[in-house]
Amino acid sequence: MVPTNYYVILSAILFGLGVFAFIFKRNIITIFMSIELMLNAVNLAFVAFSQALGKVDGQVFVLFVIVVAAAEAAVGLGIIILIARNRQTLNVERVDLLKL
Amino acid sequence: MTAPLVVFFVLAALAVIGAVSLILQKHPIHSALSLIVVMVALAGLYLLLGAEFVAAVQIIVYGGAIMVLFVFVIMLLNAGVEEHTNLSKMAGAPGLLLVVALAGFVAATIAKSAESVHAAPQTGELASTLGISNMIFKDFVYPFELTSFLILVAVLGATVLAQREKS
Repeated sequence: MVPTNYYVILSAILFGLGVFAFIFKRNIITIFMSIELMLNAVNLAFVAFSQALGKVDGQVFVLFVIVVAAAEAAVGLGIIILIARNRQTLNVERVDLLKL
Repeated sequence: MTAPLVVFFVLAALAVIGAVSLILQKHPIHSALSLIVVMVALAGLYLLLGAEFVAAVQIIVYGGAIMVLFVFVIMLLNAGVEEHTNLSKMAGAPGLLLVVALAGFVAATIAKSAESVHAAPQTGELASTLGISNMIFKDFVYPFELTSFLILVAVLGATVLAQREKS
């Protein structure tokens, strides 16, 4: 039996790496992938607590999170295609239309 | 060290290595492949936790559908190696600081509340797929129907966004 703490600490590490990737990466697609990494880290914590408390609520929430992530990926990648078409770049530093 | 603990550490190491690889890789397609490694490792962890249905959905929806969408868009846009300016290299240091602070805060919180997590009742019989379906189609039936509406709106939105404007 693996202690629940281990799962939650792993989840925190993965979430931290996702936050770092979000700040550090410059390609808009990779930034979008780091958001998916953060969602996955939260899902792991959900399932770990669901198992620790002996209830399935957490797993149901994970399924809803996955559905929302799928919808988000569809819309987000549509926006990325639009940006790439209008600005001819995927670097977020070049997308500076609102910058003074 | 028991067998589940060994499996946990192998899968956890795989997930962390995949996440670090996502950051270090320069090409987006390599980052996408690293993310798939993370997702498969997490599916293994779900199996270890006794959540078979969530593990299957993780592989099919995340590893299959969403990541194929990502790889498809990377190839469609012909994304190349990402370039780092001086400004983005500067963003690394505060970002690392923020991440360490976040992880430290979470670890401290967990260490403080370690007893309460362990004191939780271990019922043992976690009715997996049957329990999930009972909960989705009884307690969460309205949110479940709303998600289908959300998917419909997302499909429409993605179609409208990605279509070429008529000249």
